[in-house]
Amino acid sequence: MHFIIERENLDRLLAALQEHGRIIGPRITENTFGHRDIASSQDFPAGWTFEQDGGFFRLRQRRDPSLFAYTVGQDSWKKELYPPRSRLLSLQKTESSFSVTPEKSSSEKVVFFGVRPCDLAAIQIQDIILIQGPFADPEYSRRRENAMIVAIECTQPAATCFCASLGTGPGISSSSDYDLALTEVLDDGLHYFLVRAGTEQGRAVIAGLGLAEAPEQNIIRAENLVQEAASRMGRTMDQKGIKQLLYDNHEHPRWDQVARRCLTCGNCTQVCPTCFCHSVYDRVSLSGKEAERFRSWDSCFLLDHSYIHGGSVRVSSRSRYRQWITHKLASWIDQFKVSGCVGCGRCITWCPVGIDITEEIQAIRQSDERGCNA
Amino acid sequence: MKKTKLAVWKFSSCDGCQLSLLDLEDELLEIAETVDISYFLEASSRLKRGPYDISIIEGSISTPHDIERITAIREKSKFLLAVGSCAVFGGVQALRNYTLPGEYQQVVYEHPEYLSSLDASSPVSAHVKTDLELRGCPPNKRQILEVLTACLNAKKPDLPSGSVCLECKRKGIVCVMVSKGIPCLGPVTHAGCGALCPAHDRGCYGCFGPKETPNTASLSAWISGKLGMSREDVLQSFRHINCYALEFCLESIKHEPKDSSERPEPD
Ligand code: SF4
Ligand code: SF4
Ligand code: SF4
Ligand code: SF4
Ligand code: SF4
Repeated sequence: MHFIIERENLDRLLAALQEHGRIIGPRITENTFGHRDIASSQDFPAGWTFEQDGGFFRLRQRRDPSLFAYTVGQDSWKKELYPPRSRLLSLQKTESSFSVTPEKSSSEKVVFFGVRPCDLAAIQIQDIILIQGPFADPEYSRRRENAMIVAIECTQPAATCFCASLGTGPGISSSSDYDLALTEVLDDGLHYFLVRAGTEQGRAVIAGLGLAEAPEQNIIRAENLVQEAASRMGRTMDQKGIKQLLYDNHEHPRWDQVARRCLTCGNCTQVCPTCFCHSVYDRVSLSGKEAERFRSWDSCFLLDHSYIHGGSVRVSSRSRYRQWITHKLASWIDQFKVSGCVGCGRCITWCPVGIDITEEIQAIRQSDERGCNA
Repeated sequence: MKKTKLAVWKFSSCDGCQLSLLDLEDELLEIAETVDISYFLEASSRLKRGPYDISIIEGSISTPHDIERITAIREKSKFLLAVGSCAVFGGVQALRNYTLPGEYQQVVYEHPEYLSSLDASSPVSAHVKTDLELRGCPPNKRQILEVLTACLNAKKPDLPSGSVCLECKRKGIVCVMVSKGIPCLGPVTHAGCGALCPAHDRGCYGCFGPKETPNTASLSAWISGKLGMSREDVLQSFRHINCYALEFCLESIKHEPKDSSERPEPD
């Protein structure tokens, strides 16, 4: 069931959510955009949008007061659920042995406000790996349990978006895992949001606010906006037989071409909302009496990532780029029964030299169809 | 147990690396208690003879006397740690390696005939074996502490590999190159500083030197083609603090004026 809340009442919703926990949402601070604390609806980037392309991101002013007429920035929710660096445990030397203190897991309740459909899909992929998988991560599970998700549908896709071709956006399907889902509508001076609940918790928030049910025409209007957005996607990625395509093209000459451009800097893996690779390292105090173990994000673009006895397996940039894309789009499916890509476009925008995953797949597909793969 | 003997040596340098060590204010007392600081002119005039367990080297090898000293120090040091761009790559003074012998001397000194210096400024590793190298101009004091700690506790030091970008992203800094068009050498520069420059809204100028497998050609093409950096500026970006690091040196040569008469005189 859809409810309606006017722009001027959005702060009532935020106040209700604050009861649950600290609200984190999209915000412009110091000329950059990211996920920050939200105190009131004034904090949302009213009248702003983004221009995005390969290796390019700029904030642009719009001529209307919309709060969410943009898509994703560099930050993904992975930063909150699976922090870039975290301490796992501390060790203290005792007289005859040592004692171990595991890190206290986070108990903070939070609200993720403005989760985009692609990012919602990404969270669900990380759930499969980090909660349901054989190597469940207790810290991730805790953080996930403590987070309430307020998702928002996209009506202004970026040139780097391709969720429509992967079926992860720009709308939010009712089977997705959200507490509340919003759609922003600006129409003839009217500014309102449609609201749906996906969980009991979400329903309680709506009931508490006493929101009115949305009239049919408003629902249709919102659905149309999302559908139009789907037709304005900047990029597409054909998923058909993609796993076999990549498995069949390990020696494709395209890998050499992209390797000439790729900096092996690892930015794509860091901004990707589904990449989960990490490394573990220890710190010891000068006296040797205390030690700490940390975990931090890792990347398959590092030589160390494939280091085994005797050296690194993936030495060439070619093999490292191929690993990234083949894992994301092919072997991920074997591992987790789902693609590792949700079409958010971050790896395209934040690649310092604008390498485009959709373009690489397209190039391989075209020559594969012509039957000239090496 | 006998304390580990530590020595700190200065070669051709600005003293900045030694200052990084002294800047470890919170830990300095503990270091002084844990190790025997046997030779550290910048900190103390109490000098002890070798052999030393750990020798930290600051500065490049740039005079015939430097070669004699570094050879002698190597002989009396168990573990030799080169710190900073000068010791690891020859430093900014290696700019003279791109000129004719004596060219800079003529410009800078009134009586260059009193000088005795080598034609090239070179890294420590060009003359003796180094056991470990820490980059940076200046180096990261946390890394120096990490190596000392690792030596004292027989542990593998935790020193990040890969690009500055990885540290930049982990810190949540919004990329200055992508979001503001500021040229940044982070993608080809070795991690270790914690993305200091992007954190202050400026591009990395590569003071940690080339990372593993740096694709300088691709980055140059982007900062000149897309970000409009001039050929001269691209040359200067790579021929800078780490001008004598192999990959940066080779990249800078590619951006030299095609006609040698265009070559600017050193000022
Ligand atoms: S691979 Fe790229 S487009 Fe796909 S989810 Fe990751 S960052 Fe987004
Ligand atoms: S693409 Fe690379 S960094 Fe990402 S999960 Fe796979 S191996 Fe790890
Ligand atoms: S594809 Fe782009 S972001 Fe990824 S490692 Fe290569 S240059 Fe860096
Ligand atoms: S600002 Fe520089 S160091 Fe940071 S991610 Fe961008 S290119 Fe890399
Ligand atoms: S960002 Fe680059 S120039 Fe700045 S301190 Fe780090 S390595 Fe040096």
